[in-house]
Amino acid sequence: MSSAPAGVASQTEPPRTPFWRADWARGALWQALLLSAFVWLMWAAIDNASVNMRARGVPTDFGFWNRPAGFDINQTLVPFTSAGSTYGRAFTVGLLNTLLVAFFGIIIASVLGFLIGIARLSRNWMVARLATIYVEVIRNTPLLLQLLFWYNAVLAPLPNPRQSVELPGNIYLNNRGLFVPEPLFGVGFDWTLWALGIAIIASYAVKRYAARLRVETTKRLPVGAIAFGLIIGLPALAFLLAGAPLSWSTPELRGFNFNGGVRIFPEFVALLLGLSLYTAAFIAEIVRAGVLSVSHGQSEAASALGLPRGRLLRLVVIPQAMRVIIPPLTNQYLNLTKNSSLAVFIGYPDLVQVFAGTVLNQTGAAVQVISITMAVYLVISLVTSAGMNLYNRRMALAER
Amino acid sequence: MKVRASSMGFALAAATTLGLTGFAAAQSGDKTSRTLEQVKARGTLSCGTNTGLAGFALPDDKGNWTGIDVDVCRAISAAIFNDPNKIKFVPLTAKDRFTALQSGEIDVLSRNGTWTQSREADLGLLWTGVNYYDGQGFMVRKKLNVSSAMELSGASVCVQQGTTTELNLADYFRSNNMKYEVVAFATANEAIKAYDSGRCDAYTTDQSGLYAERIKLTNVDEHLVLPDVISKEPLGPAVRQGDDQWFNLVKWAHFVMLNAEELGVTKANVDERLKSTVPEVRRLLGVEGDYGKALGLTPDWGFRIIKHVGNYGESFNRNLGEGSRLKIKRGLNALWNKGGLQYGPPVR
Repeated sequence: MSSAPAGVASQTEPPRTPFWRADWARGALWQALLLSAFVWLMWAAIDNASVNMRARGVPTDFGFWNRPAGFDINQTLVPFTSAGSTYGRAFTVGLLNTLLVAFFGIIIASVLGFLIGIARLSRNWMVARLATIYVEVIRNTPLLLQLLFWYNAVLAPLPNPRQSVELPGNIYLNNRGLFVPEPLFGVGFDWTLWALGIAIIASYAVKRYAARLRVETTKRLPVGAIAFGLIIGLPALAFLLAGAPLSWSTPELRGFNFNGGVRIFPEFVALLLGLSLYTAAFIAEIVRAGVLSVSHGQSEAASALGLPRGRLLRLVVIPQAMRVIIPPLTNQYLNLTKNSSLAVFIGYPDLVQVFAGTVLNQTGAAVQVISITMAVYLVISLVTSAGMNLYNRRMALAER
Repeated sequence: MKVRASSMGFALAAATTLGLTGFAAAQSGDKTSRTLEQVKARGTLSCGTNTGLAGFALPDDKGNWTGIDVDVCRAISAAIFNDPNKIKFVPLTAKDRFTALQSGEIDVLSRNGTWTQSREADLGLLWTGVNYYDGQGFMVRKKLNVSSAMELSGASVCVQQGTTTELNLADYFRSNNMKYEVVAFATANEAIKAYDSGRCDAYTTDQSGLYAERIKLTNVDEHLVLPDVISKEPLGPAVRQGDDQWFNLVKWAHFVMLNAEELGVTKANVDERLKSTVPEVRRLLGVEGDYGKALGLTPDWGFRIIKHVGNYGESFNRNLGEGSRLKIKRGLNALWNKGGLQYGPPVR
């Protein structure tokens, strides 16, 4: 009897594996080796670069950041002068200019991309063909060429400042840019802004109330009209009550150019046009793919329920298409932002032109400047994708 | 300089990522006399030039680089290899030029670069001399009826970015209390195109550059170079710090050309002048003494330079002066004994 349990034990318990042959130990060993090789590689690269830089007399610190810049930039969203501003300030100016063109570029590219994507699926032969030609032409030529084309196309037909085209409302157009009157806000204008804020919150409340009302009583409220009235009406009322505290600074021709007003630079327009038209072609294809990915049975079912075409698209097709559209759309937004660095070729003072261009050359701090520039693009891209991922999660299929 | 052979590859990869191609390539051994050995081993001189500036560095219709800056490299190549064509030309924009030199991608930068204090002290470079004394000016359309730069208040000015030009422009308008708008481009070509299209009222760069760029414009006669010179621009070749032998070699290649002009030794008569009895000429051409050894060269290095490239006056005339399309006068670039600033210390 006593031998039986021993026999069972020797059958069930396999021979003990030494720990250096155990899976977990081998795995950990290789991981540790890989990690230390990686750390050593990074350290060797950084150490080698800094030793050599010091030996060559190349600056390795960030001391340039607070030194006066001594050069000028034409388009600045924050005040910048060659006399008092630092290289750090030049960085801010460049960064803001990059964000400005990326922000407007993304909006225009999205709107245009959705329209063209839908147009390619249109049942109208002409509309569908035109959209196809647009996509194929734009998608298959280099962006840099398109930017140079737009820069010359924007500049060439425009007259010099003395023969400016005068548009209604004191707007002037010439080869130095578009000059529009600048609004000057007087005392009490903040009431208008407060009213606008209240109107937006109220509209949102109305929308939620309408949704509940519909579920409970099937009654529909004209939410759109109410919100429109609130958002326009309330600020207008506040504006008038405060005594219309708004005046305009109109552009005037003085010497070589116009003074006063707001100026939109031709470089900005060319870059914005080039980037958004280019990206729109890619977005159009993504939208088309997204719409086509929605099973045909879905729209047939919706039609069978009697939904008109507009609501069929809005309530059935688009929400399902968005799940396919959003991830590649994020890529396009990132591409647009990164492509804005081609600005350097058409004289738009973006981050690369100002910081990785002039600042790098004046300070000689190549490694620092390029690292900062890369880090900035990385942060912009990560923030954009984080935002889009959040949106994607809201739109994703909730599996039950 | 310490570099373990095994880390070279990694460092190269990392340096490339940081936009410093070749940073690690020139990184071994002690600090002295490395560049010349590398050039000899490689068999070619790596010479950083302008991407295209008439008179300074421009490829002709057969692809041969010509210009006064190119002749600096040809002189060095002639002194080392007895052949003015063993050169790999690396065309560089104003923006990239110093990084290329610091990183070791090129051996010498001969690219109409202005010699300034911070470029030597902060960037770790050395200017070997001045092969062209220049100054910054403005070009405008004649129909603007402007006769002086002082009348340019409020103007838009096109400029190439990353240059002293950009800083001088800011200084000039600031010190004269004038307003202006700067439109900066990565290359001179884009800047001049924007000026030609009417985007700017004025184009600014060194005066020699203005004359050179003017011939590229659609209608040459509509444009005028203003007489004002707003800066000192001593242009010359630069090398990295830390290699004194190489620094001397580049510096003396220029001085030999100046001395040859002063002594009347030309490309045409150099063979015959070998028989000269004038001691200065004999030392210059290596007939007497050995002045090449300490530079790592043969005794006839001076002879080779004159034989293949000619003296400074010949180079100037061929590229910038009466023998060229630019017709620039010698002015400050005449020899010291003819009222200019070009002065070659004696070879002895």
